[in-house]
Amino acid sequence: MADSKIKSMAEILAAHPLFAGLDREITDLLGGCATNVHFADGAYLFKAEEPADTFYLLRGGDVALEVSMPGRGRLTVQTLHPGHVVGASWILPPYRWRFDARAIGSVRVTGVDATCLRSKCDADPRLGYQVMQRFLPVVAERLQSTRLRLLDLYAPPADVGRAL
Amino acid sequence: MTLIAADPATAAAPDTGMLPRPFEVRARRRELADCVTLEMAALDGRPLGFAPGQFTMLYVHGVGEIAISISGNPAEADTLVQTIRAVGAVSRALCELPEGQRLGVRGPLGKAWPVERALGKHLMVVAGGLGLAPTRPVIYWALANRDRLKSLDIVYGTRSPDQILYPQQLLGWSSAEGLRVGITVDRASEDWTGRVGVVTDLVPSMLRDPAETVAMVCGPEIMMRFAAQGLAAAGVPQDDIHLSLERNMKCGIGWCGHCQLGPHLICRDGPVFPYPAVRDLMTVWEL
Repeated sequence: MADSKIKSMAEILAAHPLFAGLDREITDLLGGCATNVHFADGAYLFKAEEPADTFYLLRGGDVALEVSMPGRGRLTVQTLHPGHVVGASWILPPYRWRFDARAIGSVRVTGVDATCLRSKCDADPRLGYQVMQRFLPVVAERLQSTRLRLLDLYAPPADVGRAL
Repeated sequence: MTLIAADPATAAAPDTGMLPRPFEVRARRRELADCVTLEMAALDGRPLGFAPGQFTMLYVHGVGEIAISISGNPAEADTLVQTIRAVGAVSRALCELPEGQRLGVRGPLGKAWPVERALGKHLMVVAGGLGLAPTRPVIYWALANRDRLKSLDIVYGTRSPDQILYPQQLLGWSSAEGLRVGITVDRASEDWTGRVGVVTDLVPSMLRDPAETVAMVCGPEIMMRFAAQGLAAAGVPQDDIHLSLERNMKCGIGWCGHCQLGPHLICRDGPVFPYPAVRDLMTVWEL
């Protein structure tokens, strides 16, 4: 029974873009650290400065990464959508979240126990390398998106050319 | 031989493309704090027919002339609709024109979106900021030709929720059957419940069948560069990715060279280009 549950979780993990295409042996290993979770609208998946002990593979619904500022309320840094990963701070010390993650509407996720996964990666560098290969593009993509937004591309242009 | 002097009162001016036609502002609508849409009509009785993607040179008497994309419905030729952001002397003057004011119009000018390439395929319109204005005519065209397309999707990114152009129209389109509208903003406060992130991140998730998709992209050039790269990486044929570029246009008809981009004159050879024609030029900073 436990075996079939792990296999089912392995299939769920393999269906998520983050882990799609990984060897079954690896998704089985990852499945031992994963469980399905549901969050109601407005619930927090995690809050800034809490220990980064579980990250989430978003399967349904949307999640807002936010930061709270005194006098300005919650500011949304980015929204995440099905197929995205919620949380990358579990990879490196000090293993603490940098932002709040709040459910927008009903949210279905697969939670991965980061402590469990880190210990498996430490014990099996091949697994660790594959996990890093999957997470690095996520981090790089978010860095690129952040850089583009820093450019403030939609700011009013100089008075040259076609003024659209 | 008898020389007969032409009567300046009756001689027809040669059509060089440089002579503005008289138009009148019939309606104006503020879209954003710095952005106005003008509806204009020709005073010479000849409607200004245009194809989606073309532009005109708008001349404010005593101030100057600038290139502005046409943002109206190509099926409604009697009214010239253009959305203008006030960023300099001429565009500010245009934004302040009252109803009834006359102005000069040259055009339509430039090459249009190749809408025929979208027939029988999925059409994705990707717009950033005020780039929605030059793509709106192709959206009107697509809505009128939906039975000839596999689908129509609009992907729109802008700075913040209060900078969304044509918000009511986007809302209306989003409720149309089979039409998907994805909107994302760069920054938002807590009252915004939509997406926050760059438009280029939204593009891949909205593609239906990349190999059967034609994409038309308009916005800040860096946004277009990354959007085109993302579309191509997702499998959209590069020949089916089309961008609307802008440079410093003056004559609008390929005479002056102000809008040169490598071998192209944007006003004459564009503003719409297939991605492969400009892909390598977009990263040459001297251009």
